[in-house]
Amino acid sequence: MKELVEILAKALVDRPEAVEVSQVEGEKSVILELKVAPEDMGKVIGKQGRIAKAIRTVVKAAAARDGKRVVVEILQ
Amino acid sequence: MRTVEAVGKTVEEAIAAGLRELGAPREEVEVEVVDAGTKGFLGLGARLARVRLKWEQDVGRLAVEFLQEVCRALGVQVRTEVSERDGYLYLGCRGRGLGVLIGRRGETLDALQYLVNLAVRRRVGKQVRIVLDVEGYRQRREDTLVRLARRLSEKVKRTGGRVVLEPMSPHERRIIHTALEGDTQVCTFSEGEEPYRKVVIALRR
Repeated sequence: MKELVEILAKALVDRPEAVEVSQVEGEKSVILELKVAPEDMGKVIGKQGRIAKAIRTVVKAAAARDGKRVVVEILQ
Repeated sequence: MRTVEAVGKTVEEAIAAGLRELGAPREEVEVEVVDAGTKGFLGLGARLARVRLKWEQDVGRLAVEFLQEVCRALGVQVRTEVSERDGYLYLGCRGRGLGVLIGRRGETLDALQYLVNLAVRRRVGKQVRIVLDVEGYRQRREDTLVRLARRLSEKVKRTGGRVVLEPMSPHERRIIHTALEGDTQVCTFSEGEEPYRKVVIALRR
């Protein structure tokens, strides 16, 4: 799951080397914290959060199979 | 297409430097020698070689690479085929257990398609139009929508009322509009705000 967020984010930003994803495991849910270079924030969020929503949709699909709830958070 | 200029002691070195900068394979770039350079004599009058490289990237290959990487992370294996249709690049996937790529009402498929377009556009530096399909889902869904549109238009003609369809994506709404475009008795229009915009079929006056 963490790898998936990394792949998606790295493909979208101008500075892939600055992409960091950390995984925080909860009992029933997993939180994936995504960090990108400040100038790349728009590239992973998009107008009205459209890109962030697409990332979450794809990650959710992967998570549904594992029976876990996944939250993707984009950190400032 | 991306273009870079690079310099080196020789033309070959300049080309190598340009390829490194682009991250491109040699066989995909077009080389223009701007200045062949000269070694000079005993270090006097030496000039560096200068080349311009043009790289026309293969959109289909980039799309497939990205998609394969995503599928690997999702733990599914896909076979892909790329074809061109009226200005669109059509990327079809086949394999086992690909429902995960489609999602409810094609939700995941639409999200993936959007991300593939963004990722490839970033790499080639220009707008691309890629349609992603899994196991012929889009074609099947289109057939279903066209049948639905025809059935509901008959109902409207019979009852004289109007029918409001469920919320659909812009692409799916267009399929409904197009299906009933030539019908002289009914008209179609959309109402509501995204993502809950719906098509309405009503009698033409």
